[in-house]
Amino acid sequence: MLKVNQLQTYIEQFHILQGVEFEVPEGQVTVILGRNGAGKTTTMRSIMGLTPAKSGEILFQGKNIMALPPYVTAKKGIGYVPEDQDIFGTLTVEENMRVAMRKEDKATLERQEWILSLFPDLKAAWKRKGGNLSGGQKQMLSIGRALVNETPLLLIDEPSKGLAPIMVKKVMEALQIIKNDTTVLLVEQNFMMASRIGDYFYILDEGRTVYQGEMEQLRKDEELRKKYLGIS
Amino acid sequence: MELHLTLIFNGIATGMLIFLLAAGLSLIFGLMSVLNFAHGALFMFGAYAGTYVYILLGGWAGGWSIFYFGLGLLAAAVIGIILGFIVERTTIRQVYGDHLRQILVTTGVMLVVMELVRVFWGSNVIQVGRPQVLDGRTEMMNVLFGHYRLFIIAFGVIVLVGMLIMLKKSKIGLVVRAGVENKEMVQALGINVRRVFTFVFIFGTTLACIGGFLWGPYQGQINPNMGMDLMLIAFIVVAIGGMGSVGGSAVAAILVGLSEAYMAYFFPPGALAVNMLIMAVVLLVKPTGLLGATR
Ligand SMILES: Nc1ncnc2c1ncn2[C@@H]1O[C@H](COP(=O)(O)OP(=O)(O)OP(=O)(O)O)[C@@H](O)[C@H]1O
Ligand SMILES: [Mg+2]
Repeated sequence: MLKVNQLQTYIEQFHILQGVEFEVPEGQVTVILGRNGAGKTTTMRSIMGLTPAKSGEILFQGKNIMALPPYVTAKKGIGYVPEDQDIFGTLTVEENMRVAMRKEDKATLERQEWILSLFPDLKAAWKRKGGNLSGGQKQMLSIGRALVNETPLLLIDEPSKGLAPIMVKKVMEALQIIKNDTTVLLVEQNFMMASRIGDYFYILDEGRTVYQGEMEQLRKDEELRKKYLGIS
Repeated sequence: MELHLTLIFNGIATGMLIFLLAAGLSLIFGLMSVLNFAHGALFMFGAYAGTYVYILLGGWAGGWSIFYFGLGLLAAAVIGIILGFIVERTTIRQVYGDHLRQILVTTGVMLVVMELVRVFWGSNVIQVGRPQVLDGRTEMMNVLFGHYRLFIIAFGVIVLVGMLIMLKKSKIGLVVRAGVENKEMVQALGINVRRVFTFVFIFGTTLACIGGFLWGPYQGQINPNMGMDLMLIAFIVVAIGGMGSVGGSAVAAILVGLSEAYMAYFFPPGALAVNMLIMAVVLLVKPTGLLGATR
């Protein structure tokens, strides 16, 4: 569904991505792992066009989407859940959802109902301002907002970051349902979450893809985890 | 008591006119981060263009008629739409995200627009009368309420309420509010923010042109300095109210209008200083302005 070749991205004069490569097959959850500063977020932003890549190739459903404006990328069917959620704090939960809706037709409203059944916490906070939500609620809203349009591919950047364990569990359970009909590219440092829902993984280091394999393999191989991720 | 009622009434009317100028400036800055130094000149152009229609046609018809006043208002609005579109497309669009160039470019636009006013209408003061229907006064509680002022207040309230409803309920309003907070995320949701920018710029310019036209009969005249004088006040209002907040602009505009009215009565030379002082105090207490979004 998504294929990234030799991605090179600069932020100002800094050469941040120096040849990132990976593939996200349809129907799977592909996980990107890597230390702090490895370039995971930059990779997501380059796919979206928020930090346009300088060279390389980004193929989505077989078409090149390199350095398109973010709104064009989104309209092609890629949902984005940024690292810090980027909820609109002065808008209510309802309004956050509505801003995201590109159509307000029956299908979209049904999808919204489905999202609310997935995240009952959002329904309970429906009229609350985004700025007053807990970290977990913000994460749920950010995911729901990305899914309210037809979204064949979902990019999620560290959904567990800064969340209470109970919230991590809720978000993870929802992702387990979401992955049934949405292809997911997941950046995740929480290895428990990554290993539970991921099918295949890539490891980034210093802006390059340095390792890849079945999630199963990483689960067993403690040495590998220590070497690239500094976790055990 | 009567004195205070009169001054408060006058202050609110002045405030409403200032609001028409400041609301667009605030949205343009809040959403697009564009410092638009041409806003005052556009306000003045609207004043001249609308007044031209009002006087020229009204002159033929003999006297200050409400009908030609309405046509003048319409002309100012149409001019606002056209100017807003042209200015955004040809200049503002090239300088998004670059404050220094914005200042240079919008100052350039300001000079061009001011020169156009001089070329078209000369640099003399033009006397403008109020439409006869709105020229009277009504006495209540020993205070004379001028009808034109009442009209201005009603007009301002309608614009304010309309804008607030639009921001609260309509899709484009939601997008504008979301964009004031985080443009990047709005884009990532599949919305072409540039389109929204163009819309907001046109809307703001149109409000300014309408405000400029209404200013003429209010002051009894228009002149080539009105744009500069009022733009300074509008910037103060935007800072007090909070960038991007329409409600904040309204509150701040009335505050400044009141201070103008009181100072004009008690100590005219101090008006600007008092406005600056209000701004300084508000910004010290709340740097984002009265109703500005805290990010
Ligand atoms: N705006 C910026 N200016 C300069 N350097 C930046 C900027 N943003 C990111 N970087 C650098 O780019 C590198 C990759 O950052 P990125 O945010 O993609 O890492 P990450 O893998 O997502 O890290 P984390 O796990 O902390 O989220 C880092 O070294 C970072 O310091
Ligand atoms: Mg990151």
